[in-house]
Amino acid sequence: MIELGGVTKTYGKKTAVRDLSFTVRPGMVTGFLGPNGSGKSTTMRLILGLDAPDAGEVTVNGKRYRDHRAPLHQVGALLEASSIHTGRSAYDHLLAMAQTHGLGRERVEGMIELVGLGEVARKRAGTFSLGMRQRLGIASALLADPRVVMLDEPINGLDPEGILWVRKLLRGLAAEGRTVFVSSHLMSEMALTADHLVVIGQGELIADVGVREMISGASQSSVRVRTPHAARLGEVLAASDVRVRSLGTDVIEVQGIDSEEIGLAAHVSGIVLYELTPRQASLEDAFMELTGESVEFHASDGEPVAAASIGNGA
Amino acid sequence: MESVGIPLGVQPVTQRRVVRSEWTKLISLRSTRWALAATLLLAVGIGVLACIVFETRWAHLSAHDRADFHPLSVSLAGINFAQLAIGVLGVLVITGEYSTGMIRSTLAAVPRRLPMLWGKAVVFGATAFAVSLPATFIVFFVGQAILSGEHINIALGHAGVFRALIGVPLFLTAMGLFGLGLGAIVRSTAGGIAALAGIVFVLPPIIGLLPTSVANSIDPYLPSNAGGAVWTITPDPGTLAPWAGFGVFCAYVAVAMAIAAVLLVRRDA
Repeated sequence: MIELGGVTKTYGKKTAVRDLSFTVRPGMVTGFLGPNGSGKSTTMRLILGLDAPDAGEVTVNGKRYRDHRAPLHQVGALLEASSIHTGRSAYDHLLAMAQTHGLGRERVEGMIELVGLGEVARKRAGTFSLGMRQRLGIASALLADPRVVMLDEPINGLDPEGILWVRKLLRGLAAEGRTVFVSSHLMSEMALTADHLVVIGQGELIADVGVREMISGASQSSVRVRTPHAARLGEVLAASDVRVRSLGTDVIEVQGIDSEEIGLAAHVSGIVLYELTPRQASLEDAFMELTGESVEFHASDGEPVAAASIGNGA
Repeated sequence: MESVGIPLGVQPVTQRRVVRSEWTKLISLRSTRWALAATLLLAVGIGVLACIVFETRWAHLSAHDRADFHPLSVSLAGINFAQLAIGVLGVLVITGEYSTGMIRSTLAAVPRRLPMLWGKAVVFGATAFAVSLPATFIVFFVGQAILSGEHINIALGHAGVFRALIGVPLFLTAMGLFGLGLGAIVRSTAGGIAALAGIVFVLPPIIGLLPTSVANSIDPYLPSNAGGAVWTITPDPGTLAPWAGFGVFCAYVAVAMAIAAVLLVRRDA
């Protein structure tokens, strides 16, 4: 269980997280979503006490992280990109981490086997690919049998097999009753893995909902229509609550009425249809809709782009 | 989740466990082995070379050169270089964690933070002493054996010699911890090494630019001069007494470590 209450964190003049409150519950996978620079990494740093909040309280299983006697048993974390000394072998890194909590070589060897790094465990971590570093980070996170597993972008750099492995791992950890908190910018991945979502934008809470509610709540269901008479069909469909958008010379996207009504209208007007595809709003769309307002910078064509900021890079 | 679920006897974090972890970290890095080897090589190699030069050239030296000669100082000629190697390693012990991001893992495991700094100080201090003690005695005995060819050697039992030979490893250990403290304050390898080299090598000549009366009263209290007093057998009139000087140097180290400790607790990682 992770609890944030009114947490604010400012770096210089830049507010990374503003009055953030949410609870991450055990027994399920909670996805942590937000555009780049929205404060995800900052939030995770605050949970681990790496940074101190300017206001508000962060607790893990009822206490501040630093007040736990065996902190790695409370939270196992994989933080951004690399939190490993590049000159040290995977084995020695894990051993040093393990020894702080009275664990020994046997446990280290078990974790290396679990994440599939057996062949390279004695090589310097600096020679590892991103995928291998992620596996080492996951081994490090699970080392002390943590009650809360917190992973920042764990599937970055993993191959499809690795992604599948992480997905199963996370579901398994949640099924064991652990709290699983995973950040990602890949909405589709969260749709497959997460039960619950915490969405932030510009450091503020945007949504704290179940995955299913989030998808069904998205208003952007639409129908893609391909016809040689796109313009005329557009005129036929025109009504106050219908939005028609041209996607090409003979393709339009219609919002506000369903595919049956479009088909019927086309038939009545004698318009030939080549394609009539209902498009369910995906988690991706729901996410875009939610965060569209809060993305820091927009590219000129209106596509939201990554906003580099301290929250992501720090 | 086969092995994750197995109960495995996780223990609370204690200072002793952190020390063990820091020991694993220290010896598992190549940079440690290189820096310790460099310390050993500089201390022994330069001392032995200096002794060979004096022994072979002795017959041709002027009376003035002979008067300046001291068998102990010559055999310890490498210590001035070894101090930089051990000091730089002290810096690296902590800044290596910041430059690689390892510090995040370290502080996640030891969120109270201070046990990490003390653990590093204990482990690195003990290692620095364990390497520099034998190095000092080796270069002394080898050096004196060489000098005995011209009967210009000095015996271990001579007044002040044993104190100086114990003083060298203590001085090098303190210099290593000084580097650790500076590194923990500035949190960057380049900055830490610059600060160390600046204080040890650049500060003394700068003080030398001051009017002599002012310089003379500051000079003995500079970190390197105060620390050097403990392994000098023929002190200049201006230097501090051996142990008083070493005490002053230890005070510098303590201040650096104290500032590092306060900043470590207060700053975001």
